[in-house]
Amino acid sequence: MPIIEINNLSKYYGKARGIVDVSMTVEEGEIFGFIGPNGAGKSTTIRLLLSLIYPTSGSAKVFGKDAIQHGPEIREDIGYLPSEVFYYDKMKVIDLLNYSASFYKKDCSQRIKELAEIMELDLKRRIDDLSYGNKKKVGIVQGLLHSPKLIILDEPTAGLDPLMQQRFFDLIADENEKGATVFFSSHILGEVQRLCNRVAIIREGEIVTVEDIKTLRHNNYKKIAITGEALDSSIFNIDGATNLTQVDGSVNFFFKGDINQVTRLLSAQTITDVLIEEPTLEEIFMHYYA
Amino acid sequence: MTIFIHELKMKLRSVLVWSFSITALLILFASIFGTVAEEMDLLNEVLANYPPELLAAFGWDNMDMGTVLGFFAFAFSFIQIMISIQAANYGYSLVSVEERELTADFLLAKPLPRRKILTSKLLAALAALWITFAVLCIVSVIAVNGYAEGRSYDGGTLAKVLSSVLFLQLFFLMGGLAVSLLLKKVPSVISISLGTVFGMYVLAAFGSGMGEDTVDYLTPFKHFEATEIVRTGQFDLPKISISIAVIVIAAIASYLLYQRRDIPTV
Repeated sequence: MPIIEINNLSKYYGKARGIVDVSMTVEEGEIFGFIGPNGAGKSTTIRLLLSLIYPTSGSAKVFGKDAIQHGPEIREDIGYLPSEVFYYDKMKVIDLLNYSASFYKKDCSQRIKELAEIMELDLKRRIDDLSYGNKKKVGIVQGLLHSPKLIILDEPTAGLDPLMQQRFFDLIADENEKGATVFFSSHILGEVQRLCNRVAIIREGEIVTVEDIKTLRHNNYKKIAITGEALDSSIFNIDGATNLTQVDGSVNFFFKGDINQVTRLLSAQTITDVLIEEPTLEEIFMHYYA
Repeated sequence: MTIFIHELKMKLRSVLVWSFSITALLILFASIFGTVAEEMDLLNEVLANYPPELLAAFGWDNMDMGTVLGFFAFAFSFIQIMISIQAANYGYSLVSVEERELTADFLLAKPLPRRKILTSKLLAALAALWITFAVLCIVSVIAVNGYAEGRSYDGGTLAKVLSSVLFLQLFFLMGGLAVSLLLKKVPSVISISLGTVFGMYVLAAFGSGMGEDTVDYLTPFKHFEATEIVRTGQFDLPKISISIAVIVIAAIASYLLYQRRDIPTV
């Protein structure tokens, strides 16, 4: 049974587009990446899953149950970290976390201590005294304290220093190993690449592709850089070549297709250097947006 | 239950401030009653010089400031305004404060139906208002007995005047809530609640001053005019039922609107 099942989900804010006809499924135990630039509809999709907002059309199921009809029941097992963390300023961290824990039918006090220790969060501070990064930590502990079956993270790493990001990723990987499914939205591809099994790319409210992270990278795209004297970029303007650029003596392009075509062309040239490599996800991503 | 306690805690300071202000105002009024009662002739002379429309606007036309309850009714119209502002503040901010401070995402992602969240919040606001009301009642009784100095007054009428507060609280709490849910975003709670309450009050004053009866139906301050309750010794049932109808409709509308509300983000 899929953990998340989204069918033709659309959301308009008045006339403004939120998401359009989004369909995808997230299987149990996956770490599923959801990437796209700001304003593409990532948060809208997540907020629909939590029934913080209501769809214009289509439906979403979580744990096989309709997200709206069974909202409260579903949310029992969801841990949610919003992109912008805001809590009651006048409360102490520990009071906020206890308040959060009070909504779940289990004792979370032990887990709160553990998580706070891992994330180096001082429980006695007042929330309005915390830096943005520390508030983010409160958000992380708050989202994980009830050991949810589904963890929904909306741009989780903003504001965390690299060390804390690493701890956080380890934490998420741990939870995943213990059986939690993770739905992870981001516009930073590096982190998605590091953690996720599958990824959906969203652009202007529509899903562009849902792919295995490996297929996405091994999509036969090669990034080719050639340096040589008197090179003419136009000879590489063949089928399958994209983003062809020439700066002085070096030619760069992406290529998808039979690599022999390129090597044959190369053999006829006098070159000083050649580099053929896997493009980064970032570059693939740019390709989808090109 | 936890939401109720959380909400009530957040309101505690506000309840203290309002209760204190109301107490201070009542003590101030009580302290001048002696002078007013002694100088009644002089005061009546002064009032007689004002245009009757103006006196009517403030409900001072059929008021006897020389009696214990007549004077109390005069003071109480100010108390009614204060209580109404407090209730309107709570109503407008009940849901909107979480949306403005963006804590709504935190609360609504918890495993609770919205109906329950709204009910807990409403009960907490009511508890806060009723604490203020209890303080008001105690201080009023003490103040009235203090300045009456043995003059007699009808306890039942005093109770009626005081209980008008319960209706005004509900009216502005539920009304404010319903209006806040009709808006996508509440810009500023203080300005909108002051606007509503003073708007209603001015409307009432304007209606009385112009002798315009239709206005009487629009504003709750005409439904629960303290000087009228003291003069007649009873509530004006037809007018009160309008207020009650507004309260009920606002309550139903609030629940329906909140159930389907899109929680705004930054």
